[in-house]
Amino acid sequence: MSSGSSADLSVVVVTGIGRFLGAQVASRLAADPRVGHVIGVDAGSPPPELAPLLARVELVESDLTACATVVANLDARAVVHLGVVTAPDPAVGGRAGMKEQNVIGTMQLLAACQRAPRLRKLVVRSSTAAYGASFRDPAVFTEETEPREVPRGGFARDILDIEGYVRGFRRHCPEVTATVLRLAPLIGPAADTTLTRYFAQPVVPTVLGRDPRLQFVHVQDALEILHRSVVEDHPGTFNVAGPGVLTLNQAIRRAGRLPVPVIEPGLSAAAAFGKRLGRGGFGLDQLDLFVHGRVVDTTRLTKEYGVTPRSTAEAFAEFLGGRRAGIAPLGRDRLEAAEQAILRAIARVRGQGRPA
Amino acid sequence: MTGPPPVPVRAEPDLWDRRVAAGLAFLRRRLAGDYEVDEFGFDPDLTEHAFHPLLRLLYHRWFRTELLRGDNLPGYGPALVVANHSGTVALDALMLTVAVHDALRNGAGARRHLRLLGADFVFQAPVMSELARKSGGTLACHPDAERLLRAGELVGVFPEGLKGVGKPYRDRYKLQRFGRGGFVSAALRTGAPIVPVGIVGAEEIYPKIGNIGPLARLLGLPYFPVTPTFPWLGPLGLIPLPSKWLIEVGAPIDTTGLAEQSDDPLVVFNLADQVREAIQQILHRLLELRPTPFPG
Repeated sequence: MSSGSSADLSVVVVTGIGRFLGAQVASRLAADPRVGHVIGVDAGSPPPELAPLLARVELVESDLTACATVVANLDARAVVHLGVVTAPDPAVGGRAGMKEQNVIGTMQLLAACQRAPRLRKLVVRSSTAAYGASFRDPAVFTEETEPREVPRGGFARDILDIEGYVRGFRRHCPEVTATVLRLAPLIGPAADTTLTRYFAQPVVPTVLGRDPRLQFVHVQDALEILHRSVVEDHPGTFNVAGPGVLTLNQAIRRAGRLPVPVIEPGLSAAAAFGKRLGRGGFGLDQLDLFVHGRVVDTTRLTKEYGVTPRSTAEAFAEFLGGRRAGIAPLGRDRLEAAEQAILRAIARVRGQGRPA
Repeated sequence: MTGPPPVPVRAEPDLWDRRVAAGLAFLRRRLAGDYEVDEFGFDPDLTEHAFHPLLRLLYHRWFRTELLRGDNLPGYGPALVVANHSGTVALDALMLTVAVHDALRNGAGARRHLRLLGADFVFQAPVMSELARKSGGTLACHPDAERLLRAGELVGVFPEGLKGVGKPYRDRYKLQRFGRGGFVSAALRTGAPIVPVGIVGAEEIYPKIGNIGPLARLLGLPYFPVTPTFPWLGPLGLIPLPSKWLIEVGAPIDTTGLAEQSDDPLVVFNLADQVREAIQQILHRLLELRPTPFPG
């Protein structure tokens, strides 16, 4: 277990600050006395709701694909690559724009990093989607598990490409401490992702005959690990997920929603249709997850960082606690009330039937 | 006719009250997602309250199963239970989970579930894959087997695999080849003892006398069985024949201190042979105990 870092953190470049995760990490780093200057890079100016977080962050508006000069000119000592798009956004080019940003952007950024003479640290946000999706997969992925089949989802493919570039970077620049964090889907009271929107629907589509095992990581835990990866030295690849498992149906039930099983070809068609429209939401990435599920081993993370993230069940409960206002047709309290009512009714009927 | 007041009847409503209350509580837990699932997808609540009660009916009433030497099952610690496989449909695996669970609960008082390792086609099919995971099964692969054993679980494996379940009726009680002996290396690497088990009775439940290959390929199944009743009698042909079942647990084979030799093919093959021999002998003994599959 290593702690503290000898690395020079006078200039830290954070990509993807126009998004929730990037803005949060940049803000935490800016507030850390161990970190000098924090520079946020993103294609456009950040949305107004993230602006307060970025008060102490210098903003550079640059497309990742043109950031080579930015990283070189800034004389970065550490680069935190969070500019990874998880779902296509029609406003910025749909799937094509997403791939451009994820794959070409990462390639350009790492090329720039290779040429940054004083760079000593690289932290890359990856995803547990790196393990792909196959029926021949083991139940629990350790960091060594290789994907057996190339996944269908665009995001998962991008992640495989991104990790490939990081492997190349590690070979070229062994003196740079490179940390790859494979994050499970983020969840938390304030998180707004494809997955949290999915669980917020009153009726939730699932794949007929499948009840995949899911894992989440609490946003705060993910931020903590990302932050510590910058200010401490933790070289290597780590799974970041809440221990334990919720199955999809279990999660939907706990959210008080109603699962509606749909046959897989129907969902595939819907996902393909959505893709053609350039719409985010329910894509092949989600479909693969909802057929195969995904569970990772977090032993290495716990050993290296000395912390265990909140369990998947706890993270999910906190997410639900943050949005109790929504409609929950089958909440736990209602079910308990129904159970008591039935028991009382039976007792009453039997009480009348029985001789006194 | 005036008899005494019906005193014994009073005990019965209480039993039914309890059953109704337990059933409702189970239903409420399921609807509210109020249960635990482990990382392999095992759902003990569903297994104990829904699967096992159904399987026990088959186990006791239909197959009149008898378990011999259940005391050979370890009450704690990891162990690899290795059994013969047969019956066209893998009911023997399910019956073995009931036998192991109930024997340990009644004997050593331990609440243990046999965690089965299944072929990949099981996990490819919808519904079946989820039933397998929820009842404690997982894919037969090294990482999963070793992870379960390291966690101290009781793991069940059928090295004959499809060659065993899908073999024709004329080959009954002839143990098939034991694959590559992967189960032995898993046990060696984790130091888990190997417990050989022989199952007699499963061979007769669906006597497979033919195979319709094109239909199997069409349905994505390993084989499409023809039995004396299936497919001729339609759904009725799905009812297993009520053969008499015997299950015997052999003495555990110790594997401690052999971890370094888990990659040595000779050690692995020899140990696999030893296990195979132990199971074959159990089968011969059990067949003598049960001369006819359908005793009056």
